[in-house]
Amino acid sequence: MTDVADVATGQSGTAADPPGAEPGHREPRHILRMVIIWAILAAVLDPLFYFLVGPHVPPGTMTSAAVDNQFDFNILFLVALPVLLAVWVYLAYSVIMWRATRKGVPEPVGGPQATTHLGVQIGWILTSTVIVLGLFVFGTVELITNDGSGGGQGPNPIWTPTSASILPVQVIAQQWKFTYRYPTFGGFESQQLVLPNDTTIAFHVTSLDVIHDFWAYQLSIKADANPQLDNVAYATTRETGSVTVRCDELCGLWHGAMYNYGRVVSKSAFFAWAKATQLATAANTKNLPAFAWTYVPDANGADGGYYPDNVDPYSNAEVYGAVPVKPTSSG
Amino acid sequence: MSFGGRVSVLVALFIVAVGFVLWGVFGFLLAGSVPTVDFTSAQPAGAPVDLTVQTVGAIGNGFGDHPTWVSYLVKDPQGQWIHSTIWKVPAHTRINLTVEQYDSGSPLRNQQWGLVQGTIGGVATYNGKVFRAYNSNTGNGVGHTFAIPTLGINIPLIGVSPNATNVCGQAPCSAPSSAQNIIKASFVTPGPGEYPWQCFVPCGLGFLFGNGGPMSTVGYMGGFLDVVS
Repeated sequence: MTDVADVATGQSGTAADPPGAEPGHREPRHILRMVIIWAILAAVLDPLFYFLVGPHVPPGTMTSAAVDNQFDFNILFLVALPVLLAVWVYLAYSVIMWRATRKGVPEPVGGPQATTHLGVQIGWILTSTVIVLGLFVFGTVELITNDGSGGGQGPNPIWTPTSASILPVQVIAQQWKFTYRYPTFGGFESQQLVLPNDTTIAFHVTSLDVIHDFWAYQLSIKADANPQLDNVAYATTRETGSVTVRCDELCGLWHGAMYNYGRVVSKSAFFAWAKATQLATAANTKNLPAFAWTYVPDANGADGGYYPDNVDPYSNAEVYGAVPVKPTSSG
Repeated sequence: MSFGGRVSVLVALFIVAVGFVLWGVFGFLLAGSVPTVDFTSAQPAGAPVDLTVQTVGAIGNGFGDHPTWVSYLVKDPQGQWIHSTIWKVPAHTRINLTVEQYDSGSPLRNQQWGLVQGTIGGVATYNGKVFRAYNSNTGNGVGHTFAIPTLGINIPLIGVSPNATNVCGQAPCSAPSSAQNIIKASFVTPGPGEYPWQCFVPCGLGFLFGNGGPMSTVGYMGGFLDVVS
């Protein structure tokens, strides 16, 4: 008998042979076979993936957030791979065992033989529920214990690092370039992103115009850049190297060109760079507005006309760059 | 309707749909195509390239569909002003850039773009005077910038006096009939590639945040430096 119930339970033998089957034919224990095949494949491929591919899974190991996210991705894959294998094994087994050209293959069944099987249903629902809820709990714990896992947490982060010394770096997005401001070094602004190694960084991401997204791939930092909002994300650098920064929010004509390359360097190299840049840009830094966590973009440049009526583009509090301003918010 | 009739209607609708798609695609590709101005053969190999451009507050009626839009123009090797922002230049070559700035200025949205960056010596000249940074909150402000973000190049273009009675209203402009500032700087081209350049002043009057219209249309306030070997 080859009805669904029997296939599901792996029981063989029937009271009445199915249509097309030879008289006295006894079906093998299909489910048991499939489970064994699946278990062997999963037991072999999961460790192979974890130990051979896992260490190379993006985003790498340049920061604590990257390490954590790499671990998370690996865990997700280790859970997903057996599910994938189960589907593939079932498909392959079905195609091979019940192909129409195979001698003695039974006819497709229907009617009373195609009844549901309570055990299979309960097992399926329970397994799915355990996997999904388990991953939900896992993901939440990872977010909490890893300081947000490099994601933007808004102006009032819930999960903050415990490091005694945190370097703030302000990321200012504008059409179509990221610039970086270092408030602990006199507030100078630079087109370059340079970070010290072995340091916890607080990225304060904001925008001067439309919505952008600061995606520093190797740092595993990804935070939306919204005008008038200080979006904070954390990471602790662990390795020196090059960083690719891209805008990941479609932001206009030159969105595709809105990228740059940053560097994680030794602490001594960073301090040397910061001091040199602070000095080299001093003439311009004094023209920048007072450091603030957010800025209200002004209408300057085209003398207004594209601003809401309730905003005075020439108000001291509204302008980034026109005149020194007081911080509009604190973070 | 007969089977044949239905098939005929289906085929006709299909042809119409394909026609619309082709019309849209070709219309997009062909409309407003920007010519490339070639500077690779204007001088001996390895010699510096002189690149002269001008910025005007309104392009006027002689250059396309948007006479009120702010724009760049470039002087081709034959000395003609061309409405193009795609310039082909040789790799690893010094570019001597001269900008004839005919537009007025204002404070920058981000004063960072008042800093000269990426040029030889980190400097530019403004009507003959060397400067490293320009405070856009003073004087005539900054009208535009010439920036190649991927190369870290930025040159602020100081605006002409808004009180001048001879601000140019239609391109191509020339001095002394029109108020003019001359900004010069030099930089060295990198290896071959297409490098987008843009203005960092949101000068698209009447568009959201000033970055629409001419700021978002190649041929006006942004284009490509097409660097070839």
